Amino acid sequence: MVYNPVHEKFDNSLDEGSWNISIANGEGSSAVSGKVLADIRNERDDIVVFTADVMYSNRLADFAKAHPESFINFGISEQHMVSAAAGIATTGKIPYIGTFASFLSLLSCEQIRTSVAYPNLPVRLIGHHSGMTMGFYGTSHHALEDLSILRSMAEMTIICPTDPVQAEAAIRSTVDHSGPIYFRMGRGRDKQVYENVSEAFELGKANELRDGKDVSVITNGLTLRSVVDAAAQLEEEGISVNVIDMHTIKPFDDEAVKRAVAKTGKIMTVEEHSVIGGIGSCAAEVIADNNLNCEFSRHGIYDEYVLIGPPAALYNHYDLDAEGVAKRIREFVIGSNNE
Amino acid sequence: MSEIVNNQKLVRDLEEKAKFIRLETVRLIDIAKSGHYTSVFSCAELFSVLYYHVMSVDPSNPDWEDRDRFVLSKGHAAVGLYPVLADHGFFPKEWLDSYTRVGSAFGDHPDMRKIPGIDFSSGSLGQGLSVSAGMAIGGKMSNKDYKVYCMLGDGELNEGQIWEAILSAANLQLNNLVAIVDRNQMSLDGFTEDIMPVNPIDQKFEAFGWETCHVDGHNLTDLVELFDKISSTKREKPLVIIADTLKGKGVEGMELNNDWHLGYLAEKDRKKVEEEIHRGLQSRT
Repeated sequence: MVYNPVHEKFDNSLDEGSWNISIANGEGSSAVSGKVLADIRNERDDIVVFTADVMYSNRLADFAKAHPESFINFGISEQHMVSAAAGIATTGKIPYIGTFASFLSLLSCEQIRTSVAYPNLPVRLIGHHSGMTMGFYGTSHHALEDLSILRSMAEMTIICPTDPVQAEAAIRSTVDHSGPIYFRMGRGRDKQVYENVSEAFELGKANELRDGKDVSVITNGLTLRSVVDAAAQLEEEGISVNVIDMHTIKPFDDEAVKRAVAKTGKIMTVEEHSVIGGIGSCAAEVIADNNLNCEFSRHGIYDEYVLIGPPAALYNHYDLDAEGVAKRIREFVIGSNNE
Repeated sequence: MSEIVNNQKLVRDLEEKAKFIRLETVRLIDIAKSGHYTSVFSCAELFSVLYYHVMSVDPSNPDWEDRDRFVLSKGHAAVGLYPVLADHGFFPKEWLDSYTRVGSAFGDHPDMRKIPGIDFSSGSLGQGLSVSAGMAIGGKMSNKDYKVYCMLGDGELNEGQIWEAILSAANLQLNNLVAIVDRNQMSLDGFTEDIMPVNPIDQKFEAFGWETCHVDGHNLTDLVELFDKISSTKREKPLVIIADTLKGKGVEGMELNNDWHLGYLAEKDRKKVEEEIHRGLQSRT
């Protein structure tokens, strides 16, 4: 069994507000990978896709349906899947393996370090439902440490697509990348930021999405939409925000940070991740290493296991929705102006 | 008749290679002043039969895509594998002299990126069978005929990931995968059956859907016969060979001796051990 067509059937008897796994996953960033990979597989036979009993959650089922001969569902054995991907990568295949970000970066951390990153194999790790997108499913299903862990592994490339357009661009443009890549994906219901695949992504080159003079906000992936919306809101209040989509965490675009410092003198990072080792740390390292003179603030999760709750409520609680981000930016800009 | 004579010569040659593996292990560990003698001594005959009789490899083209693969999941026996690869000409023998020295390609555990002929890096126990399964899947997806041989330690069977791999290899009918358990009876702290028992290994593999067989892992006549039979038999399932061996085999003072998982032989003892290895396994039987 690779693909179960029962999931294609829409149950008309369901109440309008009901949902199941098939209904839940629309066209968001993680959900698009199955389709994109199936399309790439049409052109070349070295693409294989593995998952670990979550192919409907990540829509890699779309690939399984199109190319069952190049797809394996390993069941609930993530560590085995990672090592098997390393093995098949030595035979000329490019494995894309998808499961929840927590089960890749935490459960399979050692397999990734020793059998994927150290041998520098072209394994593509698709960690979806990252951050706290799993909400009330709890800490076991949250991944607020994944960037910190994987960033410290030599040879690892890390990309945080924000929406399906950027996810597609990132996947397509890195197929022939020689080493491992971790794609930090959302839960498949991410709000759109980009419109054109051709303009959404260049590896290691941050996108300066909005020009501004008062403060630069560096973010990516899960929190980018909130920052973009916050910036629009603040513009009306007379605060001009320079928005940088640092979609590639590794290699980090140091030059984009330097430019931002030169332009605004104030840098704020926003992340749905621990502030220890995430994008805030990355930016702080560039600032410290280069003796850049600026005001600096990190907004993210401060050394705690977050509350459980519906994702939207959590974003509200942790000031990671547009309102909350706007509040934090406002405080940073006005606070520092008053000093 | 001539076939028997040929086999006798083959077995004698393979026994000499096993001796060579043990002697080189002693020589290289003398450079490091610390190493896994006994973990190599239990699988010296297995290395010998695999690399000098069974596997199809091309030292002039280590990445030959049709080659048989060998994954040394018990990576701490690499010091016995390096001399075999050098002997085959994967790299100049002089390279071995750098064993464990600063910047060397050759450490206690093998590195596929630095050493021609090493099919996968290992060292962290429990991952090699999954890696081998991945290679076997790759072979099937690419319609290749190669086989993947994976050598596991018996203590390594304590690792949970091994059983994920066993489950999955059976389900995927990886009949191009051969696992070899070096059943040398011991792990670091002592006998496996005292620490975390793994018996009955064969019944466990069988229950998971594998073919199983036993062999005396130090008897090269039996090993040649078994591997010849394996290569001429078509299977539907993955196969595990449980090789009954002794940790430290070939050096009496080290055999099943808990003190010798890691160690070092200073000059006088090294010379004695080398003489004992030269006399061969038959000298005491």
